Amino acid sequence: MKTKYIVSIIVIAVAVVIIMLMAGDASSYVTFKEAKELSTKGFKKSIHVVGQLTRSQQGEIVGIEESPDKLSFKFQMVDENGFIQQVFHANPIPTDFAKSEQVVIIGSYSEENFIAEKILLKCPSKYQEETELSAGI
Amino acid sequence: MIHYFEGQLGHIFVILSFVSSLLASYAFFKGRNQEESWSSFGSKVFFVHAISVIGIVGTLFYLINNHYFEYHYVYSHTSRLLPVHYQISSFWEGQEGSFLLWMFWNAVLGIILIKTNKFWKAPVMLFMSLTQMFLASMILGVVIFNIKIGSSPFLLLREVLDAPIFKTDPNFIPQDGNGLNPLLQNYWMVIHPPTLFLGFATTAIPFAYCLGGLLIGKNKEWIRPALPWAQFSALVLGVGILMGAYWAYETLNFGGYWNWDPVENAIYVPWLILIAAIHVMIAYKKSGSALKLSMILSVATFILVLYATFLTRSGILGNSSVHSFTDLGLSGQLLLYLLAFLVLSVVLISWRWKEIPATQKEVSTYSREFWIFMGAAILCFMGFQVLAGTSIPVYNSIADALGFNLNMAPSTDIYKAYSLPQLVLSIFLAILSGTGQFFWWKKMDKKKLKDELTFPFMISLGISALIIVFGKITEPAYLILLITSIYSIVANAKILVSITKSNFKLAGGSIAHIGIAMMLVGILFSSGYSKILSTNYTSMIWIKDQPTEFNQNNLLLFINEPRQMGEYSMVYKGIRKLTKEVGMVDQNVLENTFDPLKVVRTLNGQEDTLTLWSAENSYFEVEYYTEKGKQFTLYPRVQINETMNMTVYSPDIKRTIGADMYTHVRTFPQPTSEEDWSEPQEIKVAVGSNFFINDYVATLERLEPISQVNGNPLGENDVAVKAIINVQGEYQNYLSEPIFIIKDREFVGRVDDHVNDLAFQISIQNILPQENAVIFNTRTTQKDWIILQAVEKPWINLLWIGTFLLVLGLGIAINRRYSEFIKMRDKGVEA
Repeated sequence: MKTKYIVSIIVIAVAVVIIMLMAGDASSYVTFKEAKELSTKGFKKSIHVVGQLTRSQQGEIVGIEESPDKLSFKFQMVDENGFIQQVFHANPIPTDFAKSEQVVIIGSYSEENFIAEKILLKCPSKYQEETELSAGI
Repeated sequence: MIHYFEGQLGHIFVILSFVSSLLASYAFFKGRNQEESWSSFGSKVFFVHAISVIGIVGTLFYLINNHYFEYHYVYSHTSRLLPVHYQISSFWEGQEGSFLLWMFWNAVLGIILIKTNKFWKAPVMLFMSLTQMFLASMILGVVIFNIKIGSSPFLLLREVLDAPIFKTDPNFIPQDGNGLNPLLQNYWMVIHPPTLFLGFATTAIPFAYCLGGLLIGKNKEWIRPALPWAQFSALVLGVGILMGAYWAYETLNFGGYWNWDPVENAIYVPWLILIAAIHVMIAYKKSGSALKLSMILSVATFILVLYATFLTRSGILGNSSVHSFTDLGLSGQLLLYLLAFLVLSVVLISWRWKEIPATQKEVSTYSREFWIFMGAAILCFMGFQVLAGTSIPVYNSIADALGFNLNMAPSTDIYKAYSLPQLVLSIFLAILSGTGQFFWWKKMDKKKLKDELTFPFMISLGISALIIVFGKITEPAYLILLITSIYSIVANAKILVSITKSNFKLAGGSIAHIGIAMMLVGILFSSGYSKILSTNYTSMIWIKDQPTEFNQNNLLLFINEPRQMGEYSMVYKGIRKLTKEVGMVDQNVLENTFDPLKVVRTLNGQEDTLTLWSAENSYFEVEYYTEKGKQFTLYPRVQINETMNMTVYSPDIKRTIGADMYTHVRTFPQPTSEEDWSEPQEIKVAVGSNFFINDYVATLERLEPISQVNGNPLGENDVAVKAIINVQGEYQNYLSEPIFIIKDREFVGRVDDHVNDLAFQISIQNILPQENAVIFNTRTTQKDWIILQAVEKPWINLLWIGTFLLVLGLGIAINRRYSEFIKMRDKGVEA
């Protein structure tokens, strides 16, 4: 039975190490203010910011600027605290970007600009999305 | 006119399939202890179930094939232009269709199980039918007490959409559908999902055998019939995963085959656990130990498949994956099933736990069981490591439900989060799969082990040393993985040779292990040492808004202007369309017709009609030259889907034995963007003389009176002349024919001509008959261009060859275990 206990202990130890590594590697969801503080402290890792695109009073999305070659774009994003930040993304505008109800950006501050390496969109459920589409048929 | 009947028929089939699976479960439960009347009744009900599943599939296909866009599924996922094979792919673009695919395979497998195994029929089919009931309920589309159960693929568009048009005209039917996502319009996407779902469906079989065995008290006998199925499942699931990786490599442009996306992880984990399960099952068959572990791992595989389904389809990954399906409001139902099957398994296992004798023997490190356990443990660690990271969104949801905010986000460093830990664990895997084989086939002690291992150890050190020196490998982790993988190949090859001498049927294990080790080497080189070839040595910045990475790692190619890349000189020749009749055709000589798939080609004044494979696809022809002349041509692709507003670039790959050259276009001037033309320039040219347009030598051959312009005959008082200009391009001559018209002897009209490849436009400003000369107006613009990336993937073929060996090895193993089962069954000792 001795080997059994040793094996169990090793298994548990490896599992604990895996969990600790995972937790240590995990990023976090922050606001722009916290992201800014982290960046001034010299924290260079990418973080997640959750927010929405800025909208005019009529509900239209405003603040998306596409570069002339359509290869990159800037947009305004408002985080959970209502802070508005300009975000730069060095890729073409993703499909359904303007339809998203929530945007998650992964990246970091570079001076005053937030550079998003990756953008994840949460689109409204397919049904609502298509209501918009077919209204235009 | 709305076709009500077909949809209602489909829905009746759905309800029938649900009710029949429920009834079949009940009948098989009653017949579990060889009560023949119940179990043959159950079989009959299951046949009805299978027929109704085929009915659902057939009806849905009928709707799609006849373009009934009044149906939501047909409208959302297909269009009129979709060819039949992609109409089939549209089945798995939507959630409902992919549940249907899963059900279809389960029904087929159920019939096979009923036909092949009389003793186990009832207890196994009980759990298969329960799984079917769960799947059928996902597409049931019934509302009971305000709770929606499942989402039917037979809903009408107006039942789903709240669009204003349906208020004014409830019978409105859209002219065309949304079409299929361009990424799915690929032959791999026709075969990859069915393979993967067959893999999903087969994981239910070992699960059903295990729980069925526990239910009827055959706590250990279930392993023999379950083992070949577990191996088959591992084969199919593994092939399915690799097909997905290959599709990503060939179609997506992230430059690799694996991205540690949650959707990929969700199927990788059950596969690892299934492989571990197979190993402990084999150990049990040989020595009678590890029965409990066999149960836990077989059951865990299926539970993990359900968990994967839950992760990808409940919308819980919304903040962490780009690939997950949209939420159909079924997350509650999915969670309920996941928990139900989990509780069922835990209850059945713990009910029989005490009856299962624990292994009392001390496990020696020189026993084969010890090595098998170690291997299984490493596989489980690998699975657990990926699972722990992928489940981060689940931790957040659980924390939310408990009332506190965990605020954990997935790691942003994929290499550190997954690749590196998996690499480290793979090192152990390679060592164990090499060494374990010796323990498996021979009785080992210290001395014998040394004798056996010295030879493979020395050989692999020698081979590794050569590779390390010539391959310039310095990264320590890569170094160790390389040595251990080569050790595994050599050690298994040695075993293979000695087994083949006695009985080739037993060679499955060593061949599969060689395959895995080769895959590791292939992954190590192709990912760890992939090299960007298209390094920009010109110190020019292509696009100033782009980050430095973009400008450094890509090359700008103007049309017909060679640029050097390593040993190659590359020339971009222009945009091509792929036709059914003559292959690639220059886009400039094609004209669209009303039918998007038909184009008219003008060649040497002759017109003919060609058929395109796809209207959305355009190809960039890039020729590669060395000093010895033209070597090959690559056609990286762009797909532009206007309805979905998607532009998708796909690579083209030059394959050689040692490495792949993977090229893809990063960007090109979008057809919709406006061109900037220079100010017009006047130039006087005498007939027969040479002049320059946009730095190209042009000759005004002659002037020719014409009697019609663009097919319209001229009036009595009209005169028209066309100038025939021959322009010498880099690789071919171009004919340009601007036209000058005088209408009613006073109004002047000009039809300019545009030579796309040479980026100029020319029109006749005036004709000077006395001087026999013409005044031309020319304007120039920027030449066509692409920005291209080329990456070298060394030894990627080892990955594919390794996959093939793995499949072969598993195939041999299945054959062996299946004939064992058949032999015992025919002797009547299957339980």
